[in-house]
Amino acid sequence: MAPAVFLLLVWMLVPLITTLFFSFKKYLPLRGDELGKGLDWVGFENYSRFLNSSSFWPSVQTTLLIVGSVLVITVVLGVLLALLLDQPMWGQGIVRILIISPFFVMPTVSALVWKNMFMDSNYGLFAHLWRFFGAEPVQWLSQSSIESIIMIVSWQWLPFATLILLTAIQSLDSEQLEASEMDGAPVLKRFWYIILPHLGRAITVVILIQTIFLLAVFAEIFVTTGGAFGSRTLTYLIFQRVLESQNVGLGSAGGVYAIILANIVALFLMRIVGKNLDQ
Amino acid sequence: MARAVTGQRKMINTLAAWSVGLLIFFPILWTILTSFKSEAQAIANPPVFFLFDWTLENYSAVQERSNYSKFLWNSIIIAGGSTLLGVLIAVPAAWSMAFVPGKRTKDILLWMLSTKMLPAVGVLYPIYLGFVKAGLLDTRVGLVIVMMLINLPIIVWMLYTYFREIPSEILEAARMDGATLRDEIIHVLTPMAIPGIASTLLLNFILAWNEAFWTLNLTAAKAAPLTAFIASYSSPEGLFFAKLSAASTMAIAPILILGWFSQKQLVRGLTFGAVK
Repeated sequence: MAPAVFLLLVWMLVPLITTLFFSFKKYLPLRGDELGKGLDWVGFENYSRFLNSSSFWPSVQTTLLIVGSVLVITVVLGVLLALLLDQPMWGQGIVRILIISPFFVMPTVSALVWKNMFMDSNYGLFAHLWRFFGAEPVQWLSQSSIESIIMIVSWQWLPFATLILLTAIQSLDSEQLEASEMDGAPVLKRFWYIILPHLGRAITVVILIQTIFLLAVFAEIFVTTGGAFGSRTLTYLIFQRVLESQNVGLGSAGGVYAIILANIVALFLMRIVGKNLDQ
Repeated sequence: MARAVTGQRKMINTLAAWSVGLLIFFPILWTILTSFKSEAQAIANPPVFFLFDWTLENYSAVQERSNYSKFLWNSIIIAGGSTLLGVLIAVPAAWSMAFVPGKRTKDILLWMLSTKMLPAVGVLYPIYLGFVKAGLLDTRVGLVIVMMLINLPIIVWMLYTYFREIPSEILEAARMDGATLRDEIIHVLTPMAIPGIASTLLLNFILAWNEAFWTLNLTAAKAAPLTAFIASYSSPEGLFFAKLSAASTMAIAPILILGWFSQKQLVRGLTFGAVK
């Protein structure tokens, strides 16, 4: 196992240490700071500046809002969809293909398609629909940017949640369900006491995996709002500090915060996967 | 006893499921339809669905203007190369973890998963700088390496869950018959592992194809794959809906079809074997 472990170790440690190093330095490449000439040590100045900048807390809130909303939407709708798909019907295979498809659409494409063909306030389908009902078209990406991004990202991840929850439902012992059905347990009770507990593990897995990917949502914002209109997540804020304004020291301090935030989530979630590994 | 299902109930299920399915699929369907319209029809109000003059001119326009095939080729090389390389490196690791697990195997697996949670943006600049210094910025080689490293944890995990299902008695039997480690790998393990390796290749190819953080930040004109090709339409010229749709359709069609074949493996692969 050595090569894989070694590569991952290098891939993780070298950039991590470099980021830590930069976070304690003043490093503005556009103003003539160069690695070769040596960088000024500034202590924790970058950290306090990043934390105290007016964009920090809003970006954390936006991140949590987007991740939380997408998780709730995809898990709730995913459970309902999985229940529906588990019923006997004609053409189940095709319906599955229809529902799973958005997952395979690359993020830049789904962001662009939604932004232009649906959310454009002049020619988008939503604008046509709103006008049809006599309403004023919504300026989706400027007036409700966070909601729009939540909608796009949920559309991308709902298929994933549905597919995993459906797989879990299908492994449910149907005799147990039938027995409860014959005992006259109402539908809601059956769902609450038999199906939902059975889905617990699958739901946990969905939340874990989606959180990893959702914390890193980037292209959907890059392509739609470019971080404007209050849609700037922590990831995007750091990207702007590092690459757009080329303040490497400040951005690196932000990166360290992002790593800490992700690790808090990860620590909590890794326990669950670790438990699953023993089963 | 099988549950008796009335025809009526089945009908209602079918209707409901198909409506939801079509609703979710609609943005993709609409993109594909629009790609065959003229620009005027693409923004027509009320929208036209099937009754329009079908045309292929958007596809040729996109190819001419932005050289689609170059980006496609970059995508294939980057996604394919990184996946193959990743599997080559991951097979020995997954093999030893599945068949000769040590005390630390579980810790190492969890640690590998945790590297996946390291936010890319946190290490963006060091990687960027390293790429500049090594002359790897905007090269396919550079992207292959980065993509491989990003997906390596998932590849190791997937292979591990597949390998773990191969009964170790078979290996013991082979060893009794005097098979060397090399024989074991070539003649016993590999044939049994091929389905698992194939699913791993497929799923990771899809993930690498759609990756849009490093591909956007580490490429420019030369090595840009389809993710970057599409992002270039986010400027106001993206308002040409028909051309945008044609470009989008071309970017997603290959992977959509591959994806349909991989949906079963998707669940296992992406849940690290926790849901089967």
